Amino acid sequence: MTAVSMTVNGKSVSADVEPRTLLVEYLRENQRLTGTHVGCDTSQCGACVVHVDGVAVKSCTVLAVQAEGASVVTIEGLAKDGKLHPVQEAFREHHGLQCGFCTPGMIMTAVDMIRRHPEGLDEATIRAELEGNICRCTGYHNIVRAIEAASAAMGAKEAAA
Amino acid sequence: MYQFAYHRPGSLAEAEKLFSAAEDPKFMSGGQTLIPTLKQRLASPSDIIDLGGLKDLAGISVADGVVTIGAATRHADVASSAEVRKAIPALADLAGWIGDPLVRHRGTIGGSIANADPSADYPAAVVALNATVHTTRRTIAADDFFTGMFETALHTGEIVTKIAFPVAAQAAYEKFRNPASRYAMVGVFVARTAGGVRVAVTGAAPSVFRQEAMEAALGKSFTPDAVAGIKVSPDGLNADLHASAEYRAHLVTVMAKRAVARANG
Repeated sequence: MTAVSMTVNGKSVSADVEPRTLLVEYLRENQRLTGTHVGCDTSQCGACVVHVDGVAVKSCTVLAVQAEGASVVTIEGLAKDGKLHPVQEAFREHHGLQCGFCTPGMIMTAVDMIRRHPEGLDEATIRAELEGNICRCTGYHNIVRAIEAASAAMGAKEAAA
Repeated sequence: MYQFAYHRPGSLAEAEKLFSAAEDPKFMSGGQTLIPTLKQRLASPSDIIDLGGLKDLAGISVADGVVTIGAATRHADVASSAEVRKAIPALADLAGWIGDPLVRHRGTIGGSIANADPSADYPAAVVALNATVHTTRRTIAADDFFTGMFETALHTGEIVTKIAFPVAAQAAYEKFRNPASRYAMVGVFVARTAGGVRVAVTGAAPSVFRQEAMEAALGKSFTPDAVAGIKVSPDGLNADLHASAEYRAHLVTVMAKRAVARANG
C-alpha cells in the first residue's frame, strides 16, 4: 500500500491505496464521489473526466498515486452554495443529456474547454474539443448548444465583472 | 491490472538507480499508453518508476534555429506553445492532433517516442525534421532512434531527456486518423530541411520510415504534383481490420500530397 494525499473539491483527503488503484476508483470507492462515471474503462469515452491541477483528464487513465499533492475537482465540486455551475445550468436549460451517464464527463470537459477558449467558442471548435467524450443518446446536438450558451454566458459575466 | 511497486523519484539519478535495483521495471511518463496496457494485462512490470515528479524534464525553448522540447512536456503544451507555433507550426499542429484534449493533457513527447508505437504521430516529426534525441547517456540522431515496432535505440534504463528539432524552411504533417483511436492509420510529415527534403511516414509500417523516392522528387520540385505519381509498394506495410496494406500504401501518397500542399499553404 502507498499513502496518497490530495485535495478533492477543496477538501484535503488521504488514504493508503494499492499503487494500481485508478484515480476514478479512488474517487468513487474511497471518497464515495460517484458522480464521476466509468463508461468504457479503455480511455476512450470520457465519462470519467475530472480536473487535476486545473486541467481535464481521464481519471480511468491516471493512477491515484500519480495525483499525490494534486488538486482534484469532480462534478460534485462545481456547484457552489446550492447554485448550479453555469455549464450545469446550460446543460439543464438546453437539454444537453438524455440518459445522463456521459453528462458528468461532458460537463467537466466543457468547463475546461471554456477556460482554454476565453475568446469564445464556435460550433466547429466545440465539436473538435469533444473528441474525447462519447455520448450514445443525444447525437451531441444539444450538448454543443449547451456549451455554446455556457461559453457565451460565462464570457458575458466576465465582461460585466 | 496486476500489482506493482510504485516509485516517484525526485531526480534522474534516483530514477536510474531505482530502475537498476528493480526486477522488471518500467518507466512511466504521462501514462496514456502504459496505463491502458496495464489495465489490459498486456504488461506486468514489477515496478513502475513515475517520471512525473521530475519537473525539470518539461519545458520548451527556441534558440539558434532549434526548438528544444523537454521529454516530459505534454502534448497540449506543445500544441498551444506560441514559440513552437512560430518556429515550426507543423509540430504544433501535430501535437494538437494527438488523441483527444484529455489525453493531450497527460501524454508527453518523451513517452511517445520512447514507446515508439507504429501509429504514433511524434516519430514522423522527429524523423522528418531530423531531430536529435537527448538521453541520460548520449544524443541519438533521428535516423538511428526508431529501430522497429515499439523498439528504439534506447538501452535498458536509459531515459529520454529532451528532443531538439532544427527549424525547417517549410514543413507540414497530414494524417489519416483512425476515427475511434485517433491514431494515424497513415501520417506523413514533409520538411524542407538544411539537409534537403525529408519525408517520414508513420502508421503504415511496423516503424516510422523515410520515403526516399518522394524526398528526391520533392527536392526537384516541392509541389503536390511531384509526389502524385509516386506509387508506394504495399510490401511490408501493416494490414489490420482498419486498413489493408494496399490501402495504406495508397494513403501514403495521398497524405504526402496533402502535406506538401499544406506546407506551401
